[in-house]
Formats: sequence, C-alpha cells, structure tokens
Amino acid sequence: MARARDESSPLFAGNAAGTLRLIFYLALAVVLMVLDQRNGWLWRLRYGAAAVIEPVYRLAGLPAIGVRSMSVAFADRQHLTEQNQRLREDLLLANAKLNRMSAVAEQNQRLKELLDTQHSLELNVQLARVIGVDMGAYRYQLTLNVGARDGVKPGQPVIDAHGVMGQVKEVLPTTSVVMLVTDPAHAIPVVIERSGLRTVAYGSRDGQLTLPSIPLAADVRVGDRLLTSGLGGRFPPGFPVGEVRSVAPADTGMFQVAQAQPAADIDRSEDVLLLHDQAEPDGPPAPVKPMGPPAELTPGTATPVTPSGKPGAASVTKPSAPAPATTSGVPR
Amino acid sequence: MNRQRLSLWWFIGTLAFALLSMLVPLPGVLEPFKPYWPALFLLYWSLESEDRVSLGLAFAIGLVADLLNGVVLGEQALRLCALVFIALRFRSRLRFFPMWQQTLAVLALLLNDRILLLIVRVLAGASLPPASWWISPFVGAALWPFLFLLLDDLRMRLRIQ
Repeated sequence: MARARDESSPLFAGNAAGTLRLIFYLALAVVLMVLDQRNGWLWRLRYGAAAVIEPVYRLAGLPAIGVRSMSVAFADRQHLTEQNQRLREDLLLANAKLNRMSAVAEQNQRLKELLDTQHSLELNVQLARVIGVDMGAYRYQLTLNVGARDGVKPGQPVIDAHGVMGQVKEVLPTTSVVMLVTDPAHAIPVVIERSGLRTVAYGSRDGQLTLPSIPLAADVRVGDRLLTSGLGGRFPPGFPVGEVRSVAPADTGMFQVAQAQPAADIDRSEDVLLLHDQAEPDGPPAPVKPMGPPAELTPGTATPVTPSGKPGAASVTKPSAPAPATTSGVPR
Repeated sequence: MNRQRLSLWWFIGTLAFALLSMLVPLPGVLEPFKPYWPALFLLYWSLESEDRVSLGLAFAIGLVADLLNGVVLGEQALRLCALVFIALRFRSRLRFFPMWQQTLAVLALLLNDRILLLIVRVLAGASLPPASWWISPFVGAALWPFLFLLLDDLRMRLRIQ
C-alpha cells in the first residue's frame, strides 16, 4: 500500500516526461512572446475577446468605485461643504477668466482670419471616465470607459483640467488604454513657454518627465512651463505638459538635462478629456486626390439616363462623398 | 457527483478570483505591496490537489492573465509554467515542511518568478523597475500561511477535495 503510494507520487520525482513538457511549454511561451512582439497579435486577440475581457475590467473596477463612493458617503459634512465652496470659487474664477478671454479669443480669431490661418482655439472633446484596473507594467497606463464604439481612435491625445496626460494606445469596443506621458517609452514634443525653445520630453521611471537633450547654451530655468509644440502632428500646440523642476548638465557634458513634473494630475484624475481634433500636420499639404466631375453633378446626370438602377447607387455614394469634407471642416 | 462538481467549481472559482484580484488596483502607496495572486493560488492548488494542476493548466491561466493584462502574450504563461513545474517537482517535500519552511520556499519561488519577469521585460526592451518592485514577493510570502490556512479551512468546511 505504502509502496504503491510512493510510486504514484515519488519523493524525488525525476521523470523526464515532466521536464520535456516543461521545455515544450516554455518554448511555446517564448515563441508566443516573440511573435506577439513582432506582430502585435495580443491586441487583435484582445479585440476579439473583448466581450469577455471588458466585463472583467468593469468587475475589477468595482472595488475602486466602491471605495470612492464610500469615501463620499462617509465624508463628513464639513469636508464636503469646504470642497463645494472651493469648487464654487474655482468655477467663479474660471468663468471670470473665460469672460475676459472671450474678448481676446474673438480678437485672436479675427486676426487669424486676416492672416488666413486655420488654427482654432475651440476644443472638440469627449469626456471619459477612468476605470480602476491595474494593468501591470509598472502603472504607466490608464483604462478608460470609452472605446471604438464611441469613436475613439488610437493616437488621440488625452488631457485633464491641468494638462496633457497621454495618448490613446489601444482601443477595444467599449474601453481603451491610454499610454501616459510618464511612460519611459513615450515622448512628446514640447516648447518652453518662456524662451520658445523646442525640445522633446520623455517619460521617466519615477513618474516625471525628462528632457535629455537641451543645448548647453539654451536658457532653461527651474519653474519654466512646458507646452506642447504641435510638432509631430499628434498633440495640438499650446497645452501644458509640465513644469521644470531641476536642470543639470548631462554626464557627457554635451547637453543639459532637465527634470519636469507633469502638469496633469496623473495619479488622481477620475475624469479625463479625449481631444478629437488632432494637430494640423506640418509640412506640405497632402496632395489633392484626382477627381472626376464634382459629386454634386453625378446624380443629376445619372438620373435621366438610367432611371431604374442608378439612382440607388447615386444616393448611396452621394452622402459619403461630402462626409469627409464636413468632418474635416468641423474641427477647424 | 454533486460534491465533485462543487469542488470543481470551487477550484475554478478560486482561480478566477485570483485573476480578478490581480486586476483590482490598490491605492498608489500600497501598489508595490500587491502580491502576485495567481501564483499564490496556483501554488496552493498544486500542493493540495496534484491531479488537477498541470503545466497545461498553468499555461492556460497564464495566457488568460496575459490577455487581461495586455502586456505581452505568453509572459505570465511562461512564469506560471516555471512556478508550477518547480512546485509539482518538490510537491511531496513542500507539503510536509513546517509552515515557516514552506513560507521560505514560497518566497524563493516568488523571487524566482520576479527574476524571470525581469529577464523577459529587459529582453523586450523595458527599463529596469524601481527598487520597490521587489517588495511584492515578500508580501506574497508573508501572506502565504494565512492564505493556505484560510483555503484549507474553507475546503474542510465545504468538505471537498
């Protein structure tokens, strides 16, 4: 009896079959990782499995929502009153500023029309809520509760009330993942507000931004504000990115390195804004597509010739032809 | 029959719970202290019911975890496979260790897991994690006796294998 048990679970199990299977599975995992790294399978798979994954995210986000609502429910009245008061004051201040700005903005608009530029101060945004899900990867990502069905596309800039948070990295049908500006793999073109110096801000591991390549002669001081420069065409110009906290010469002695604190409340934001209008691309304008006769003329010419079949086709093509013109016209 | 089904559901339920708690975020300060739950639960089951846990199961759970986490497909599959393999290999000895020795073994397993993860991440081109990243295995090992006793107790109460 004891012997039989010994054989079924030996004390020093040295069966080669187990090792072989381990090697097989490890090799399979490595192959998967390499293929995924090359081809980005995971995200396609995730998109396919979104029906399963997204409810899990919502479920995992429940404790965070619970804690949040508990903190509201058990917060004392005085705290809430104070908060309310503070928010009122902020709103009042913001409104006052806005009123003052509106005149300036109008003037700016007129001047720009005179100069014939198409930059606009208007924002075309979409509100999104952060789902509290831990995606691993050292917390450089956020999950939002909007996705492809709400018109979110990869690459859209994400901002909060104070500045740029990051950009949409991957989109699932009803959720999306945001890559934060503090991700070491993220870079954002910035301009220093005071001196107009253009440079690039990279994420760094400690939740800050690093500007590693500032010329030695350049004028950068602690306290300088960084704005998006609009170069690269992903982030529209003029949004706050951060504030310089320290400037020091690099180890090589060829450049200055600055550390900056992100302007956005990256750890605390619950609601964020998705920008819909991308920055105007720099460089020469896109070549105009060669077209036949104008779209407005085709139905008129088509209907008299073939009254039976063509009108259906014409009425299908007609709304699709002006649609890009209106969508590209709205954000401007 | 019914009891068997119950025990199967209990087994699946604990693993699903582990995956879910992997996704639940902690407040920023506590974040580095979060243990790697799927590893702990899989360790428990590989020690307690050997016939259910196999390398294939570890691989499958790792794949699901990867799908949920969205980092790299196959990363957690690799880690969990290695973990379960070692646990199954030394199962007979681990089971009869006194609790403190078992805890130390679990700590070694979790540290090994972190090292594997580090190798994978560095090979994939990520930067080195901060020092606080190494706290998690210690928290996991510290929680191990409680988790083990709790799960054992629940299993006794439900009278399932």
